[in-house]
Amino acid sequence: MTRKIKMRIWRGNSETGSLQDVSVDANEGEVVLDVIHRVQATQMGDLAVRWNCKAGKCGSCSVEINGKPRLACMTQMASFAEDETITVTPLRAFPVIKDLVTDVSFNYKKAMEIPSFEPPADLKPGEARMQQIDVERSQEFRKCIECFLCQDTCHVIRDHEENKKSFAGPRFFIRIAELDMHPLDMLRNRKQKAQEEHGLGMCNITKCCTEVCPEHIRITDNAIIPMKERVVDVKYDPVRWLGSKIRRREEVL
Amino acid sequence: MERHNYDIVVIGAGGAGLRAAVEAREAGLRVAIICKSLFGKAHTVMAEGGVAASMGNVNENDGWKVHFRDTMRGGKFLNHYRMAELHAKESPDRVWELEVWGALFDRTAEGKISQRNFGGHEYPRLAHVGDRTGLELIRTMQQRIVALQQKDKRDHGNAESHIKVFAEVTVTEILKEGGKVAGVYGYRRENGVEVLFEAPAVVLATGGVGKTFKITSNSWEGTGDGHALALKAGGNLVDMEFLQFHPTGMVWPPSVRGLLVTESVRGDGGVLTNSDGIRFMFKYIPDVFKDKYADNEEEADRWYNDQTNNRRPPELLPRDEVARAINAEVKAGRGSPHGGVFLDVSKRLPADVIKKKLPSMWHQFMELANVDITKEAMEVGPTCHYVMGGVEVDPDTAAAVGVPGLFAAGEVAGGMHGSNRLGGNSLSDLLVFGRRAGLGAANYVKSAPAAKVSDESIKRAAEKIQAPFDRTGGENPYALHEELQELTQNLVGIIRTKSELQEAIEKIADIRKRIEKVSVSGDRQFNPGFHLSFDLDNMLLIAESTAKSAIVREESRGGHTRDDFPGMNPKWRQINNISSFTGKEIVVKQQDLPNMPAELFDLFDPHELEKYMTPEEMTKGGSK
Repeated sequence: MTRKIKMRIWRGNSETGSLQDVSVDANEGEVVLDVIHRVQATQMGDLAVRWNCKAGKCGSCSVEINGKPRLACMTQMASFAEDETITVTPLRAFPVIKDLVTDVSFNYKKAMEIPSFEPPADLKPGEARMQQIDVERSQEFRKCIECFLCQDTCHVIRDHEENKKSFAGPRFFIRIAELDMHPLDMLRNRKQKAQEEHGLGMCNITKCCTEVCPEHIRITDNAIIPMKERVVDVKYDPVRWLGSKIRRREEVL
Repeated sequence: MERHNYDIVVIGAGGAGLRAAVEAREAGLRVAIICKSLFGKAHTVMAEGGVAASMGNVNENDGWKVHFRDTMRGGKFLNHYRMAELHAKESPDRVWELEVWGALFDRTAEGKISQRNFGGHEYPRLAHVGDRTGLELIRTMQQRIVALQQKDKRDHGNAESHIKVFAEVTVTEILKEGGKVAGVYGYRRENGVEVLFEAPAVVLATGGVGKTFKITSNSWEGTGDGHALALKAGGNLVDMEFLQFHPTGMVWPPSVRGLLVTESVRGDGGVLTNSDGIRFMFKYIPDVFKDKYADNEEEADRWYNDQTNNRRPPELLPRDEVARAINAEVKAGRGSPHGGVFLDVSKRLPADVIKKKLPSMWHQFMELANVDITKEAMEVGPTCHYVMGGVEVDPDTAAAVGVPGLFAAGEVAGGMHGSNRLGGNSLSDLLVFGRRAGLGAANYVKSAPAAKVSDESIKRAAEKIQAPFDRTGGENPYALHEELQELTQNLVGIIRTKSELQEAIEKIADIRKRIEKVSVSGDRQFNPGFHLSFDLDNMLLIAESTAKSAIVREESRGGHTRDDFPGMNPKWRQINNISSFTGKEIVVKQQDLPNMPAELFDLFDPHELEKYMTPEEMTKGGSK
């Protein structure tokens, strides 16, 4: 069954761009990305949109659909009312390069700032032994497809360019949590660094990131809150605070 | 124009490319990684089932010899024996190394890396993370690159001093000077600016060709770029007639037609039935596999709990066999409502186990097809998934034959999988030969001085990029692509005949003439129509090479089925079809397949080899 759809698509860049109306066919079972591709092939040969797998696995086709951060490949046309106009715009938290394509280099810069996995120095290939239950916590965060929808929706940076410098964003909080909970990771103080260097404290747990995550990772409950609690423990528990200072002094000596 | 200088340029940022880059960096060289998309989005993320490596964590009888035998059997003995040997020997080390880099595979009860059953593998062999193993692999490699860059920042003050990732760059040409590789030319999609990379060595790691076909599991990137770049640079492609149609792609709704349904569904107990409710695979066990696969449901069912005393269910036959069987059922009118067959795991496993073992399948069917796989059957059918054919390389160094300075690894390289790849052998292939390509290129660079790219070469490359804008009123690249996909699907698809292949060759030649006139609108920046005009050129070379190889191979083997030559022919087992490009058209020549040395020959039961080899080969073959 084919029907005519009204769509409004962002064309151009941040400064000179505007919404353009199109009327286009949509077939039964299609997703928004299919319809965008039809617009490309029949009406706007140079319409820019990122996409790769078209299966919700690569996280490339992140856009905002009727104002909500979504993967275009996982948004069914059937989820809209018959006569609804579907508005597709680029991710708002990042500068627009052209049409629906944004400059997401912010995320790659932040990835570079997170200290990498540090295995035990004497770990030989094939010798690691870990229980399933112990790897599962980190595995949840490793499901992340880096669509950056959580980064886009996070109000700390969505309309606050000035916070970007000191705030890594939910994607990288789960990266830190993943490493912190990794049974083989030896680097200490990941949580403290999250607080002091990556802006964990700026998050006020409104859970917007969790809501938009296409992988249903419980970003706030399983990564951010546990890290915040532990940071607070160390910071405000006088015995643990003293303990951390003494240990640090021993390391210096 | 931007100008860069590197020791090695890696084209492609999937598993093979990143593994090559890591190896080259660790050898002390400066490496540029060119991604067609963003860093971390390569098609490797789509790999679901796992990475095959005979670690023996679940069944200690496993070892490289068993893996080698399975791989050769799966490829119907057309594999380059040396590649299959290196692959089987080295894949365990490559998997363990990922763990040292931070990968978190699922575990056995003893805490080792868990391994799962898969089609064609004698023992549970695939290291996995649920059904998102490819994502784990690419993320681990990506994070390994970042770790090396962080180290470079500490040691050299600049994170990009030795490895730099160039995302969203399209390569249009490999440049040669004096018969050797001298660099790479292309443009940045972000702003249309042309880029020259001068480098004495180039590693192709560009993946597959699926977008040449209409129904495919591949993303838009799978347009055979590396295959075509190698041809244009004077390299050869080996056995391009062998394409793997994965037996289980989604068939409904139309927008996801071709999207992969992981083989793990069958490995974990999923059964295939037709519209009569019959588990049809028992009818399709070929003679060569009769002693390894159960011929009745009772034994097949028992195998899941007792693999020592029972033969495997026929749903786990190699992919080519299952794809042909599904094709035959549908043709015979016993298909599902949307032209596939039924794949059901709901009757075998409880809902929570399905969600745990196959989370992304559950998700994919729920969100895209409104099917709950814990309660109902999936509809599946064959989809173009993988190309076994590829750049002819030296197995040990991954050096492309005939082009000094060019290397190839992963799906773009040929030979490793013979006529059919086993599931799980592609992730291990990426790691084993990605590393070898990085090493091969590094060793080459140490003895080969960089040549300067001439102004003339640059001018020619630049003109080619500009050409589609200078033409007006030509054909629409989208329409031509659709036409090509339609013809490959219908005439060069899963079942082939001489007359249809002849027709395909003629039609491809016609499209080739027409793409010379393709014109595009808009400007260079992020312009998919403009981009498609280059991809089309690559895909046409692939289609031509596939059709011309397919028409000469008068037998059916693995991913090449000829209706007019239904059986395997031992004479053809000894022959590789080698494609080269004259500048105008593809020429296919026959070349002898290298003989397996006696020590590898001896690993097989002679009665098995007799099914594939000529009597003369049998007398010459082993040491006994």
